[in-house]
Formats: sequence, C-alpha cells, structure tokens
Amino acid sequence: MSGFFRVAWHVMRKDMTVEVRSREVLFTTLFFALSVVLVFSFAIVREGRAPDDVSAGILWVAISFAGTLAMGRTFERERYNDTLRALILAPADRPAVYVGKLLGLLLLLGLVEVVLLPLIGLLFTAPIFAFPLKLMALLAAGTLGFCAVGTLFAAMLVRVRSRDTLLPILLYPITIPVMIGGVRGTAALFQSTPDEPMATFWIGLLVFWDVVFLTLALWTFEPLMTE
Amino acid sequence: MRKLTTPFIAVSALMLLGAPWLINAAPYESTMGLVQKVFYFHFPSAILFLTSSILCGVHSFRFLFRKNQQADAWALASAELGLLFGAVTLVTGPLWARKAWGVWWVWDARLTMSLVLWMMFAAYLLLRKYGGPGSDRLGAGMALFGMANVPFIYVSVNVWRTLHPMTTVVPRLPTDMGIPLWYCFTAFTMLFIALLSLRANLEHQRLRVESLYLAEDEG
Amino acid sequence: MRQIRILTLLAAIVAVPTAGHAAQPQPPKEFVPVDTIPADEQIPAINLVAAAYGFVWVAMLGYVWSLARRLKTVESELHELESRRP
Repeated sequence: MSGFFRVAWHVMRKDMTVEVRSREVLFTTLFFALSVVLVFSFAIVREGRAPDDVSAGILWVAISFAGTLAMGRTFERERYNDTLRALILAPADRPAVYVGKLLGLLLLLGLVEVVLLPLIGLLFTAPIFAFPLKLMALLAAGTLGFCAVGTLFAAMLVRVRSRDTLLPILLYPITIPVMIGGVRGTAALFQSTPDEPMATFWIGLLVFWDVVFLTLALWTFEPLMTE
Repeated sequence: MRKLTTPFIAVSALMLLGAPWLINAAPYESTMGLVQKVFYFHFPSAILFLTSSILCGVHSFRFLFRKNQQADAWALASAELGLLFGAVTLVTGPLWARKAWGVWWVWDARLTMSLVLWMMFAAYLLLRKYGGPGSDRLGAGMALFGMANVPFIYVSVNVWRTLHPMTTVVPRLPTDMGIPLWYCFTAFTMLFIALLSLRANLEHQRLRVESLYLAEDEG
Repeated sequence: MRQIRILTLLAAIVAVPTAGHAAQPQPPKEFVPVDTIPADEQIPAINLVAAAYGFVWVAMLGYVWSLARRLKTVESELHELESRRP
C-alpha cells in the first residue's frame, strides 16, 4: 500500500520538477483559460453587463477547456521524449503511475483555478468569498472528476492517430454530469440569494461521481495500457 | 443465431407493417390526444437504446478483462444499434414534446442524459473508426464509462422534477393501450436482436478478411 | 487494493443525498384513456405523428440497407481471398 503511494508521489514529483523548470504547460494553460473567459465574456455581455448566472458557466467552461489542453500537453511531452514506455515498463503498479499523473494534473489545474477564480469574481462581481469552503469543495470535487477521466483518456490516446481531436470528443460527453454539478453548485452559491443546501447537494453528488469515475479509471488503467 | 435472423426480420417487418392499425384502434390519451400515439414507437426504442448501452458495456468488460476476442464485435454492434435506436428516441421524443409540452426540447435530467449517452455512442464509433490500431481496447474502456451513466438516466426522472412522464406510466397502462405497446415492443425487440447478430457477424467476417490479408502478406 | 476500492464505492453510494421536493407541476403518473377528443386537437398533431413514424421507418430501412451493402462487400472479398489461398 505504501509502495503504491510512493510510486504515485515520485511520478508526480517528476512531473512537477519538469514543469517548474520550463513552466511551459502552466503558462500556456493559464493564458488559454484567460482567453476562454474573455471570448465567452464578449459573446455574452450586452450593454456592458453580463446576464446573471453566467459567471459560473464561464468559470467551468474555462476549466474544462484549459484542462483538456493541459492533459493533452502533459502526455504529449511523455510521448515526444519517449518516456512513456519507460513509465509503463517500470516495475511499479500501473494504477500508481495513473494516480501520480492525476495528482500532477490536479496541482496544475489548481494553480490555474487560483488565478481564474479571482478574475471571474472581478469581471462578473461574483461573490467568491461568501462561501469559501463550499466553493473550494465544489471546485475540488469537480476538477477531480474531470481530471480522473481525462488522465485516463489522455494516457489511452497517446499513441492514437487523431488524438488531439479525439480527446475532447471522448471526454466531454462522459464528464458532462461533473460539469452540470459544478456549474449548478457554483451558480447556487453565486446567485443573488445564495442557495446553500443546493450547493451541498451538488457537492455530495460530485463526490459520488468522483468515486465512481476514480474506481472505474483505476480498474481499467491496467488492461488499457498493456501493450 | 444466424438462421433466425431472416425469419426475425421478416416477422418484425410484418408486425411493424400491421402496427399502424393496432395503434389507430387504441384509445386516445386524455390530456395529450393524438400525439401521444408516438409513445408506441418511442418507448420501445428508448428501452432498446438503454439495453444496447448495457450490452456494449458488458461486452466491453468481457473484451477488456476476460480477454474474449469475440466480445469486441458484439460491443461494436451494440454501439451501432445504440446510435440507431437512440436517434429514433431523440427524434420521436421532441416530435411528441412539441405538441404535449409546447417546446421541442427541455434541459431536464432524462432528456439531457439521453442526449449525452447518444453522444457517447457517437464518440465511441468515431474512436473505433479513426483511432487506428488499438482503438478496440480504448473504445472498450470508454464504453464502460458510458454504461455507468445508464442507471442514472433511468432513476433521474423519478428523483428530479421533470416534465417527462414517470416510470409509473407503463406498469399502470390500461389494457387497450397495453396491447399495441407490447406488440410494438416485441416487433422492435426482434428487429434489434436480428440486426445485432447481423452486425456482429459482419464484424467477425471483416476480421476474418483482415487476418487473411495478413496471412497473404506474410506468405 | 480491490477491496478498498469496492468499499469506497459502496460508502459513497450510501452517502448520496436525495433531492429536495419543490412544488412544481406534476409529471403524468399514468396514461388515462378516452374514446373521443375535441376536433381542434386532431389536425396539427398528425404532421408530428407522421413525421415520427416516417423517421422510424426511414432509419430502420436505411440501417438494414447499409448492413446488407457492407455484408455483400465483405462476403465477396472473403470469397475472393479464400479462392486465392493455396
């Protein structure tokens, strides 16, 4: 058991070390998320004001688009440097490699969200400090569910021909429940009369989805990554 | 199974030809009138849509975890039929809804999840077609996630307030509506089984062709 | 590892909260049959019903045709390959 988490930790540390040196994926993902927010704002804003309740939607769309990009990039880097085979051949529990990659991705997206959330609060006057714990729980649970599926699919697709277009095609339908939960929960907290019980309900459902997706991903990672 | 496909298709085609008369003879529904009669085709398609999702998931599981090569052909066949019956469900539903609810579409739980499930089938088939070698495994993995959605689609309409008729409607159906429904259901199910085995057979043949080509190249 | 995963999954299933009940129009719980309906109900709906049934027929026949075509191609290829084998 401890071996499992040690492997995961090492994989994550490797990713973080590479990232800290180049900061490539972090910066590109961050600025892509910002552009998404801008594009959607221009699309939706009318007479200088955005309609109510769009802030939650824009936040989660930015997270999902940026997340997809980040997933693609981290595995593309492995493929380019041919280190994926080394990872697979390593005498370690394959699901541990998956968890390590997942943790790295979560950390990356977490950093992106730390910048994104205040920006959303600023641009749309959204009350991001009203329910900080619940909001963080929503973001954490939603991002975890999204990344759990995404890490698996990105790893699966690394050797496939049309992987850049296939990743979003495969990922979005499956993670729509997570997106719905995230958006509805965040919207419940951002609306003019906040609906806390609703947000709590969505957090619970998101946690449930996270467990289902994580379990499925851990089960299928091994047979899918076997050459 | 192969011997049965032709009679199955013939019988179900005849049954479906006769269906309009039976459906016409059924009584109108009190609030929805004529348009409710779409139900006799919509309901069997929807059930077969969910069934094909479960089948696809089960066969994908067998292919991935039990290493059963034949199962992959059945998974692919189920996915194609899921796309077909899902399309029928998603088209007949809004045509009914336009009259019954006044709108073509609402974003309630069951409709949204059905659309999402249909898109998953489309994504699965795109992956199988354009993914290159190894996409049978990847598709199987994806199908398992898709199948996890199905119970939620079924239960969601009871848990969340929606416009869609509840699952209590069918068990409480009066007899003169029940007869055309189960008649159509039987016809569609026979068609489903026949098409499924035909499609799986097509896939088996195609794999045989591929292996013969490979043998030729090596020989 | 396996047992832990299964236990986690079960725990989460047990912990799922149920949705609140809000007052909203009830969806139909059962279909209520009648024999006749007012005349103004009938005509506009027939287009929708005809379109629905028509679509079903076109989709089913289209798929059967597509299957038949693909089966024919594969079977002729198979026949050719098998006759070429020594």
